[in-house]
Amino acid sequence: MATESSETAATKGPDERLARASLLTELVKRPDIGALIGAIAVFALFAYTARQVHWASDLGITSQWLDQSAQYGIVAVPVALLMIGGEFDLSAGVMIGSSGLLLGLLATRAHMNIWPAIVLVLLFGLAMGFLNGYTVVKTKLPSFIVTLGTFFILQGVNAGGTLKLTGSVAIQDIDAEPGFDSARRYFASTVWSPYDFKVKVIWWIAITALGVWLLARTRFGNWIFAVGGDPVAARNVGVPVARTKIALFMLTSLTASLLGIITAIELRSIQANEGVGREFIFIIAAVVGGCLLTGGYGSVIGAAFGAAILGMAGIGIILSNWDSNWVYAFQGVILVLAVMLNAAIRTRAARARSR
Amino acid sequence: MTLLAAEQLSKYYGNVVALNDVSAQVDAGEVTCILGDNGAGKSSFIKILSGVHRPDGGRLLVDDAEVEFGSPRDARAAGIATVYQDLAMVPLMSIWRNFFLGAEPTRGIWPLRRFDVARARTTVRTQLEQMGIDIRDPDQPVGTLSGGERQSVAIARAVYFGARVLILDEPTSALGVKQAGVVLRYILQARERGIGVVFITHNPHHAYPVADRFVILNRGQSLGTFAKGEIDRQELVRLMAGGRELAELEHELQAIQEELGTASA
Repeated sequence: MATESSETAATKGPDERLARASLLTELVKRPDIGALIGAIAVFALFAYTARQVHWASDLGITSQWLDQSAQYGIVAVPVALLMIGGEFDLSAGVMIGSSGLLLGLLATRAHMNIWPAIVLVLLFGLAMGFLNGYTVVKTKLPSFIVTLGTFFILQGVNAGGTLKLTGSVAIQDIDAEPGFDSARRYFASTVWSPYDFKVKVIWWIAITALGVWLLARTRFGNWIFAVGGDPVAARNVGVPVARTKIALFMLTSLTASLLGIITAIELRSIQANEGVGREFIFIIAAVVGGCLLTGGYGSVIGAAFGAAILGMAGIGIILSNWDSNWVYAFQGVILVLAVMLNAAIRTRAARARSR
Repeated sequence: MTLLAAEQLSKYYGNVVALNDVSAQVDAGEVTCILGDNGAGKSSFIKILSGVHRPDGGRLLVDDAEVEFGSPRDARAAGIATVYQDLAMVPLMSIWRNFFLGAEPTRGIWPLRRFDVARARTTVRTQLEQMGIDIRDPDQPVGTLSGGERQSVAIARAVYFGARVLILDEPTSALGVKQAGVVLRYILQARERGIGVVFITHNPHHAYPVADRFVILNRGQSLGTFAKGEIDRQELVRLMAGGRELAELEHELQAIQEELGTASA
């Protein structure tokens, strides 16, 4: 075989470089393979450690961890797209709280119908995302710093504003205004009793599907890869780099606002510190899913697997009768393992390239 | 027919004069070579031609009509395509994604308008074949291609998108002898198709075999435009290095050598 291929290399026949190149191509095309394997492994782990409560076969438990995963996965989709586009949004977590609180204020203070209030909150999300993106693009500061600023500003506003207006740390009775019940059907109902899958899970799946399509099959998706991979090259071939990045920040904040709306409607109240700390979970989900911290590379479906891993961990550790404090340690271990695995895959790819 | 002409272009960065009064032109089916050492102003010059920068003085003419480029997009719309030395493509993206970057073919109507992936893939394959470029698989990331292959894909891309003027920024400088030869062949192929090529290089040995016209830059100044028959290789090298300076340097070196000779004697 070996002699044959070296002979054909000189002539037109099948290319001897093909096997090696296509292996690398497959790896680069599938940054999410590690996360899929990880998700299966974690599911198997809890199928064993939580076998007393029938982790693998009880759909009620599936419904629980899917709910948890959806809380991570919905925003992990735009966070992954943003990371592929070469930027971070550390304010994505606190935006959930800000949006829920704004919805609560509009419903309980302005006595608005919930539907127009929802529209206003989504506009608020778009505006905050624009502000983040515009600041990053104009100042050329690292988005890590800019959005860290937004994060702390909003955290302060959320806590201080809620306390000043309500005298407590939460806004209650969001369900008092008209329209709430119809909104609840779309944002916070459940399907398939007695397992009660949350509608949130359907939102998660739909947003993931949309994200996958956007990244793989649209011009905008091509631009996302380009602005993260090499913004100068992208600009030189005519990609609107600034607009693409700003749009990604807007998508992120918009989606965080959607989750804030879902949360507020589901709980009928919202805590002032809702969402704080979640920004890191989104980033972990995206990184576990194969997104490169330096941009230009990653996967939306991978981020969904990442969110599933983290969601399973949140529920599985409790159902295995372990102390829930171990959830953080588990998340940390998953993050480090995933990054090492992804780095190993890329090093192998680089070695194949230089050979 | 003159496709693109630059007349007395000047560019300043603060109080640094990057370009002063530089003129050049390229006709259809002709290669104009911009030669110059590092810091001669070559990159400032092409950045103006390709719409990245605006000139502080002078003007650009496309088909003998004055134009102003606000962005690289404008230049592209006028049929001027630039292939940058390293920045032509995004290494982690596949060949077909890179090929259509910034000009993706779409199908369907909004909100279902999408990147026509199937068409992109087949187009890339046929275009590369037509240019005689042997690429294994359009799905492979551009980062896995050799430097010469990358340049060739970039040239094929520019030709496909209807470039009438092709600006090549040091396409051969990072390449070995054989790879450079491959790229020079594509330059001639583009010329045969009636494209005007602006070939920027600091290597007179790469410039000489393909160029019809030479513009020599030194410290932001033009040392003149020469047709191929008017100048030989030695003269080209001498002018590029700054003529008098090189003579002075030679003189100095000789003096040092003599000194060393007397010291050791």
